[in-house]
Formats: sequence, C-alpha cells, structure tokens
Amino acid sequence: MKKALTIAGKDFRTYFYSPIAYIVCSFFLFIMGWMFFFNVKAFLLRSMGFNMGKATSIAEGILRPVYGNMNVILLFLIPFITMKLFSEEKKLQTIQLLFTAPLTVTDMVLGKFLSAVFFVLFMLGFTLAYPAFLIAYANPEIGTIVTSYLGTFLLSMCYVSIGVFFSALTENQIVSGVLTLISGLFFWLISWAAQSAGPVWSDILEYLSLINHYNNFSQGLIDSSDVFYCLSFTGVFLFLSQRVLDSYRWR
Amino acid sequence: MIEVSGLTKFYGPRAAIQNLNFSVSAGEIVGFLGPNGAGKSTTMRIITGYMPATDGSVKVNGVDVFDDPIQVKRSVGYLPETPPLYLDMVVEDFVTYAARLHDVPKSSLKKSVTSAIERTGLSHVRKRLIGNLSKGYKQRVGIAQALVHDPKVLILDEPTVGLDPVQIIEIRELIKSLAGNHTVILSSHILPEVTATCERIIVINKGQIVAEDTIDRLTSRMQHGAIIYDLLVKNPSDAGIASLRSLSMVKAVKVDGSKISIEIDPTQSDSRDRLIENAVASKMGVLEFSPEKMSLEDVFLQLTKQQ
Repeated sequence: MKKALTIAGKDFRTYFYSPIAYIVCSFFLFIMGWMFFFNVKAFLLRSMGFNMGKATSIAEGILRPVYGNMNVILLFLIPFITMKLFSEEKKLQTIQLLFTAPLTVTDMVLGKFLSAVFFVLFMLGFTLAYPAFLIAYANPEIGTIVTSYLGTFLLSMCYVSIGVFFSALTENQIVSGVLTLISGLFFWLISWAAQSAGPVWSDILEYLSLINHYNNFSQGLIDSSDVFYCLSFTGVFLFLSQRVLDSYRWR
Repeated sequence: MIEVSGLTKFYGPRAAIQNLNFSVSAGEIVGFLGPNGAGKSTTMRIITGYMPATDGSVKVNGVDVFDDPIQVKRSVGYLPETPPLYLDMVVEDFVTYAARLHDVPKSSLKKSVTSAIERTGLSHVRKRLIGNLSKGYKQRVGIAQALVHDPKVLILDEPTVGLDPVQIIEIRELIKSLAGNHTVILSSHILPEVTATCERIIVINKGQIVAEDTIDRLTSRMQHGAIIYDLLVKNPSDAGIASLRSLSMVKAVKVDGSKISIEIDPTQSDSRDRLIENAVASKMGVLEFSPEKMSLEDVFLQLTKQQ
C-alpha cells in the first residue's frame, strides 16, 4: 500500500507536467461555471414568479441540474485523464521499472487508480465555489450538497476504474481513451434498453445502469445499495486490470 | 550469488533460450556475449523477475525468483535495453522515485540518491529534465536508477550501446568500480566491450551457452592452444618470410598481402623480441606487430565448430 501511494503521488504530479491536465481541468471548470451561472439565473427568474407561481427549492432548481450535468461531463472527461495511465508506461517501456521493483501488481493498479482519483478530486475541489456561493447568499440544503458530491465521487471512481482497465489492456492511448468513453456511455445508457426489455431483464439492466445509481444521491439520499454498486463496480474493474497486467508479462 | 539451472523460455512455439545453466559468484563481473536475438535480454529479464521462465529456475542469493520475486527484486538493480526513464521528470526526482520503489528507507533516502547521482557523474544535471539530456546522460540516469538502492546484484543490458567513445570509457570505469561490492552481469554483442570490463564471459548463441570461461582461457581455446601474432609490413619479401619460418619457435607462417600471421609454439618461452628483430633485420619495413584479434564472427565460428 505504501508503494501504491508512492506511485499515485508521482503520477499525480506528472499530470501537471502535461498540457492535457490543464486543458481538461479548465474545460471542466468553464462548462461547470457556465452551467451554474445559467441555472442560478433561471432559478432567480422562476422564483420571481415567472413560472406561474410554482416555487421550487434550491436543491430542485440548482443543485440537481448542476451536479447531474457534472456527472455527464465527467463521463466524457475522465477518459482523457485515465487514457495514459498504463498505456504510456507500456509504450515507453517504463513499466519495466515497476515490474522489476519490489512491489505487487495490485500496488501498481491501486497507485494508478488513486493518481487519477486524486486528480478528479482536485478538479471537484474547485467546484466547491458553487455551494460556497449558495451558502453565502442563500440557504441551500447542506445534506443534498454533501450527497451530490458523494455520488459524483463514487461515479467518478467507476469511470476511473474503467479507464484503468482499458489503459492496462492497450499501449495505445487513443484506443484506451475511446474504449473508456464508449464503455462509460454504455453503462450510462443501458437504462434506455431497460425500458423496452422484459420484466426480469428490465430490473437487471436498470440496476446495472450507472446513472440510475446517481438519482438517489441527487435527491439527498444515501442508499447503501448505490454505494455497494459503485464500490463493487470499481472493484471488478480494478481486479480485471490486475489480471490483465499480471498476464502481460507471461506473453 | 546467482544460480541459473535448466532455464528455458518459449515465445509461442519458438524457444528464446533453452536449458541454460550457469552460476555467478559474489563480486564477480560476468559478461553475456552473443549476437542480437541470442537470448541475452530474455535471460536477464527472467533473472530480474520481469518475466517468468517456461522451465528451470533462477536463484539469487539462495532465493528463487519465482517463489519470492519481491525479495529478489529488492536485491537486484536492473538497467533494461531501453532505460525506463520518465522524460518529463527531473533527474533527481526520478532517482528518488526509483529509490522509494526499491524500499530505500526514508532516513537514508537523500543519501542514497545523492550517492547514486554522484557515482554516475550526474551532479551537474540533477535539476534538469531527463527528456532534455543527451543519450549518454540518459544511459547514466538509467544506471543511477539501477544502483540507487545499493543492490547486491546489478544486471545491465547493453549498458554502453549508442554512447560515444569517451562516454563508453566512463561507463566501463564505473562498472569496474562496482566490482567487489556488487555482482554484475552485463550483456553486449561487441567482443572488446566485454573483454574490457568482465572477468568471465558467457557466450550465448541461439539460446544456448556456447562457451563459458575466463577471457584468457577462452581466447586460447579459440586458437586451439596456439598463439598467433599478426605482423604488418610495408614490403613483404620472400627472403624475409623464409627467415621468419626458419626460427625455432615458429610453427607456421601465413601470408596475406602485407599481413603475415605467425603461429608460435606455446611450449617455448616468450620470444616476441626475436621475432621482431628478425623482421626488422630482413628490411621488410615493420608497421605493426600485435596479437591476432578475433572478431565476434570468428569467435562464434570457432566456438560453434568445436561443439
């Protein structure tokens, strides 16, 4: 575990040596800031009575759309963060350093996973400005803010674990990123298929869909089944990454 | 220190190495010599635990690489063919990272890193990006990375490839200075490279050990026990060659243009001075007198012929 943190620390710092991190981070904050601004504006117009007197809460009118969209944007941006994790090391053969150092493959996978998770947390850290703004000028539901962040964080972990898996699978960063994005979309849109599937399948597909598990968090609820889903989803993909990397040397 | 027995590695149906057996004792510098694709890198990768063997075992310091890779990796430093360098890192940070990966305790981290950087002559570039360094310096960073945790065993895969002559000499000196405290295995496909640094060489060809001996004995074996000198002259004359032939210690003389190969009876005492005196006296205009140099091709031809 100490080695995993060593790797994570080094890789986290490496993010800031390349332009991709700055591009991803600034694009994310630009879109999020824009979304926050327009949601606040729309909310103010509505609360001034332009919506036929139907009042909405801050949680309903601002927090849900903003953090819901944040999840979608992260789904598209996280592949850019994870695509190089193992791919680049394999391509440049720097992975030999890790494979000949006294550490386990699990250390490597956890290290890479944590470095990307740290970077996502770094990006999420900036978005704390929005709730800070709301708290300063209004009276938002703190609980909903907390669960929104928890849900976003758990879903991000799922996306990152998919990214770790595909970067372990290929030494081509583009392929790794694209496959991560496609899989993320697949697990997101799987609920559409659920609507037209039979009774049993519909339940299964609904459960598998990533975004469905965010709904409760966005309403201020922490359901243990959602937490369990995200953690086991992450666990499965990290386990698969570990298997893939372990077999890499046998070929 | 290192015991390799029955080592075999298949890549699909193709055997990269087959039934290798050798051992290296502590403090020795051993050279792996062989053409490209002979299985040198594969053998080294297996010893470092990077790659599992198909069959056979490797023991480093009595510990089997397959059974306890972590323990073995702790005591091995490895410089792969392409040094594993993060080009966007600063030299010092990279060496520190390698040290931490190799379990260098926090208390001696700074000391280990500084000493590795100093030993490889990197002190004045320690704050520079690895990507901006020349190939020679990159190679040195690779070596620094391999020896930062003061490993008992150092495995260097073609450490001087692509370097200029000055750098080659510096790296050789560095490797020689490591002998005694470290057991070193290095590989090369250049014969003088190995003869310059190693005490013992293991010649590998097509995945098998062709010869394994000290350099002196190997050379004499290659020449079938005879000693051969090459004499380079300006104007070879029949009379001069005849007078060389008449000397008692000369077994045979071969003439090839201005190059005269003289085979000496090894049982007689060293009499090179008489050879030269004779050659000078016959006024052939001596340009050069040297022991016969064998190219790698000759070595393989000779050694494989004996098998």
